Amino acid sequence: MSLRRKAAITGIGQSEVGRRLMRDPLDLTLDACLAAIEDAGLTREQIDGLSTYPGAMGPAGFSGAGISDVHDALRLPLRWFNGGPEHPGQLGSVVEACMAVACGMANHVLCFRSVWEATAQGKGRRQGLGVGGGAGGGGARMTGMMEYTIPFRAYSAANWIALYAQRHFHEFGTTREQLAWIALNARRNAALNPKAIYREPMTLEDYLAVRMISTPLCLYDCDVPVDGATAFIVSRAELGGDLRRTPLFVESVGTALKGRPSWDQFDDLTTMALRDAGRALWEDTQLTPADVDVAELYDGFSFITLAWLEALGFCGRGEGGSFIEGGERIGLAGELPLNTHGGQLSAGRLHGYGFLHEACVQLWNEAGERQVPGDPQVAVAAAGGGPLAGCLLLTAT
Amino acid sequence: MLPRVTDANSHFWRGGEHGRLQFLRCTPCGTWIHPTSPRCPACLSKELSVEAVSGRASVLTYTFNHQPWVPSPDHPYPIAIVEIEEQEGLRLMTNLVHVAGEDVAIGMAVQVVFEQHEDVWFPLFEPADPKLRRGVGR
Ligand SMILES: [Zn+2]
Repeated sequence: MSLRRKAAITGIGQSEVGRRLMRDPLDLTLDACLAAIEDAGLTREQIDGLSTYPGAMGPAGFSGAGISDVHDALRLPLRWFNGGPEHPGQLGSVVEACMAVACGMANHVLCFRSVWEATAQGKGRRQGLGVGGGAGGGGARMTGMMEYTIPFRAYSAANWIALYAQRHFHEFGTTREQLAWIALNARRNAALNPKAIYREPMTLEDYLAVRMISTPLCLYDCDVPVDGATAFIVSRAELGGDLRRTPLFVESVGTALKGRPSWDQFDDLTTMALRDAGRALWEDTQLTPADVDVAELYDGFSFITLAWLEALGFCGRGEGGSFIEGGERIGLAGELPLNTHGGQLSAGRLHGYGFLHEACVQLWNEAGERQVPGDPQVAVAAAGGGPLAGCLLLTAT
Repeated sequence: MLPRVTDANSHFWRGGEHGRLQFLRCTPCGTWIHPTSPRCPACLSKELSVEAVSGRASVLTYTFNHQPWVPSPDHPYPIAIVEIEEQEGLRLMTNLVHVAGEDVAIGMAVQVVFEQHEDVWFPLFEPADPKLRRGVGR
């Protein structure tokens, strides 16, 4: 049994994206969902599957809509649905849609992720404290993962990622001047993306001068909360040919997590769970990292992208710093164009789904000024950090 | 913000009242277990007992938090992951205390000290070398 080329992405959609849009998050979500259905050339009566991460849950802003919200708003005739936080990363919800169509549970699955963190933070309802709930303050006592982090004032994923980055710096001699290129490359690409949030130029000097958040991570190593929603249609591969677009086949997926599912207890304090998911991506395909034309790798924090580059085998373990240094290799005209829309660092935290969206845009040659030259045929999209990690390999042929 | 203390984890969060850093330990195979679990993850035995470790550890990694997520007088403060001497992989996220920022390093030998907050004793770590200890509080 294999998932190889049994599912295809046949449509994409994205709402308005911005800081503090002050819009109903379900309204944003439906914009993205309806755009994806139309993009595929389908009608809502044909959508028989629905999948999302993380489902309806707090804290405020973290999730704009759950399965039931979208199901009911669009009155979808579902045969299969799935939503929740315990996936292999944010894109795990798309992987599960691929599984559903591959085994005939559905023909066309609508996948969505929506956030309204900028508006929620603007209303003072959330201060960027740890993801996954439980850090609500108000005298509440911590349980689960938060039990062993929050008492030590490790409030944010910024702290948890910083611990990995520092260990990587220590073991491999990685420097801030190298890590900077994740942020600088993202900003360079964002300048060519009309939907990006931050588009003004950023220099290495700007990066090195900005304030620290949690050493060795500075402000520009952290992504920007936004409001927005992204959606995909995942179809049974054999149905893709009848639709409006060239289907983008899901060649393989990476969902493995063999180490402990924990930020602080994972065995290797330089790699995170992406080590296992990244390696697994290549286990069911003839393609290799050298075949990839464009890489869209999660950058909730810059160090995560560096770790994905190593995890996916684009460079050796510990070599991520020298791989990105100078930014030429990862530029739009380089050997591995990376985060071509500006990533979450400059285009906004659409929380994983933005990377898969951009991978599709690039493979359909619709990225405008930021289009990777040479008609790219193979793309990787990866999302997650810490114990969350999932990735997909897409091909246009 | 404090942990919720239960029957399952009180040995860890309240051991500091008596100066003890305590974990569950598997009786048949000797594995130390953290966080707590009903079974030993190595041999799946349910024969577990609470035991104290020496309190000696080393710094696996650290970060200085600068961002005022919550108002606090002591930014930047060090957060660390330490490995307890008794077992490879027996780790805690914690804070380093009584140490100058420039002396913090991966591999640094540290030892546990406890800080009481209501009914909970936080295990924090200070330099094992007395020459590196500073009087600065958390
Ligand atoms: Zn045992």
